[in-house]
Amino acid sequence: MREPKTYARNYEIPEEELTYSGSVSCPGCGATLSMRYALKALGSNTIVVIPACCWSIIAGPFPYSSLTVPIFHTAFETAGAVSSGISAALDVLGKKDTTVLAWAGDGGTFDIGLQALSGAVERNEDFIYVCYDNEAYMNTGIQRSSATPWMAWTTTTPVRHPKEEPKKDIVAIMAAHRIPYAATATVAYPDDMIAKFRKAKSIRGAKFIHILSPCPPGWKSEASDSIKLTRLAVQSKVFPLYEIEHGEKVTINVWPKDGGVPVSEYLRLQGRFRHLSEDAIAAIQAEVDRNWERLLKKAEMSMP
Amino acid sequence: MKKVVTGNYAVSWGARLARAQVIAAYPITPQTSIIEKLASFCADGEMDARFIKVESEHSAMAACIGASAAGARAFTATSGQGLLLMHEVVHWAAGARLPIVMGVVNRAIAPGWSIWTEQGDTLSQRDTGWLQFYCETNQEVLDTTIQAFKIAESVFLPAMVVLDAFVLSHTSEPVDIPDQADVDAFLPPYRPQLKLDPADPRAFGALVLPSEYMEMRYKMQKAMERALVVAEEVDREWGEHFGRRWGLVEPYRLDDAEIALVTSGTVTGTSREVVDALREEGVKIGLLKVRLFRPFPHQIIRETLAGVRKVAVIDRNISFGDSGVFAQEVRAALYRADARPPVFDFVAGLGGRDIVPETIREIVDYTLAHDAPTEEFTWIGVKT
Repeated sequence: MREPKTYARNYEIPEEELTYSGSVSCPGCGATLSMRYALKALGSNTIVVIPACCWSIIAGPFPYSSLTVPIFHTAFETAGAVSSGISAALDVLGKKDTTVLAWAGDGGTFDIGLQALSGAVERNEDFIYVCYDNEAYMNTGIQRSSATPWMAWTTTTPVRHPKEEPKKDIVAIMAAHRIPYAATATVAYPDDMIAKFRKAKSIRGAKFIHILSPCPPGWKSEASDSIKLTRLAVQSKVFPLYEIEHGEKVTINVWPKDGGVPVSEYLRLQGRFRHLSEDAIAAIQAEVDRNWERLLKKAEMSMP
Repeated sequence: MKKVVTGNYAVSWGARLARAQVIAAYPITPQTSIIEKLASFCADGEMDARFIKVESEHSAMAACIGASAAGARAFTATSGQGLLLMHEVVHWAAGARLPIVMGVVNRAIAPGWSIWTEQGDTLSQRDTGWLQFYCETNQEVLDTTIQAFKIAESVFLPAMVVLDAFVLSHTSEPVDIPDQADVDAFLPPYRPQLKLDPADPRAFGALVLPSEYMEMRYKMQKAMERALVVAEEVDREWGEHFGRRWGLVEPYRLDDAEIALVTSGTVTGTSREVVDALREEGVKIGLLKVRLFRPFPHQIIRETLAGVRKVAVIDRNISFGDSGVFAQEVRAALYRADARPPVFDFVAGLGGRDIVPETIREIVDYTLAHDAPTEEFTWIGVKT
């Protein structure tokens, strides 16, 4: 499949800030930037639901808030269910134009919150669920989750026994629920991210956005490399940017330039992969290539 | 309008008449017919509510939390294992000060599997910050469900309306179903001052430092203390509107009693019969029904029981390593009394084993035959 000649980009990013500066996030935190873009796209008529995750801290302790919109902090595994309840209440109270945004980490999404999320999207509840995926339990200090990539170091997958299982394909799980909209996004492509949030806002029903979110302390990377890293993740096809509508229509939104870059360029900037042998890197490259081919085929099948 | 309904349907009618706006529930025996009826009310347009058919009890409570925080009147119902699965968010609902009402059908806890009545499921939620009402009849179940919303919304704490599995949940009784207009006059719409509202953005439930947390817990306790007063007041109002009152506790033939049974739930009805029969035989006995378990009406119980010679508590529950839970509470309430009657505790009817008049007679006989308890509690009807 060839890259389409015309790719419509939306470079307009609203100037209004709905997040305050000075939050306690780590330097180079992808999750903080992602929230900034998400709220720019969604606007002030938004309610944010935050289960236990890094953002429980970034949002600020009582009585502070780092957001200008309402926040409901909730238990780790409940983002899907609490958001369902808020959405139902807004519906019954006649406030159908308010957007409910669930904002969870990979632990709260891939692991402990998966049941409530699956239930909510199966019921096609009207909210946007975001997983900002930093690929481990970063708030508790870098423990493996089912979003941690194969062979990555974490404190519970030490170098002498790194993670042996591949990363769970959460977007495929969401697409298997046949939800109206599932997409990937990341901070190196804010125009793409904002376009996806706007599209999600325009759709009634369950929307899921999977954001690759660099975490310098957990990835053992430089804070100044976060944008570069996520660009490399897309360009190396480790984290392709695409969307799936109604579980069927797959569209690749950002195509790697000139066929992309090798995964080693993405991996070598992160201390969590420093122990990888050449063979392991080759195995990752082969897996990434297979996944990309599979995605291309799905996108091709979706072509009219 | 009088209808013959089960205890479960009485809960459903209560939620309907209270105009619950969001219902989130998951089926579990013996609660199921509560939510089936509500689903039918919603489907037929007899209730203007959103019913979220969640994938677990944990999500049922979490969805009620979201709905209530967004300003809707929220209701759920569960039982046994379902309530235990909810436990984390049962705490959350109270800590978030959300006046959710939940019908709970008391069911014994597995293993081994049991679907029959026992109070361990609700009593293990004792310290969560929920009000707990234990009901004796189907009429009381319906009335209490509506009252619970008014009390909960006044003190901003959630409330459980508890009924025994099968003995009440699946037993039909004639119940007066009040007119909607009369209930509307009693219970105004839920309009919280603070809610999730983009026009008035606030953060709820954020990290709280040790410098503030304790004050939040202090306020929960103060709300619980206020709930004692409010529950009495709301019950009085209910009496004015509907001509029935239930009280926080109900003394029965206690005026000149030397022995007081302390009961909760359907055991009360059986005990009334036994008290009547024993009175005929000349035994000076009465009973005190505990309807409100949280907040615990210490003072009323202390004052009511202070004059009797012996107290016999019937506990359909056990706190392993200690005794029955109601007895613990009654003993604690009496400790500050000038004249403390001895408190006998009887653990009976676990896992739905019938408590029949003979069971209660055995309890009374034991109490009559002993000046004071010789053990922390006494098993009734156990095969050892």
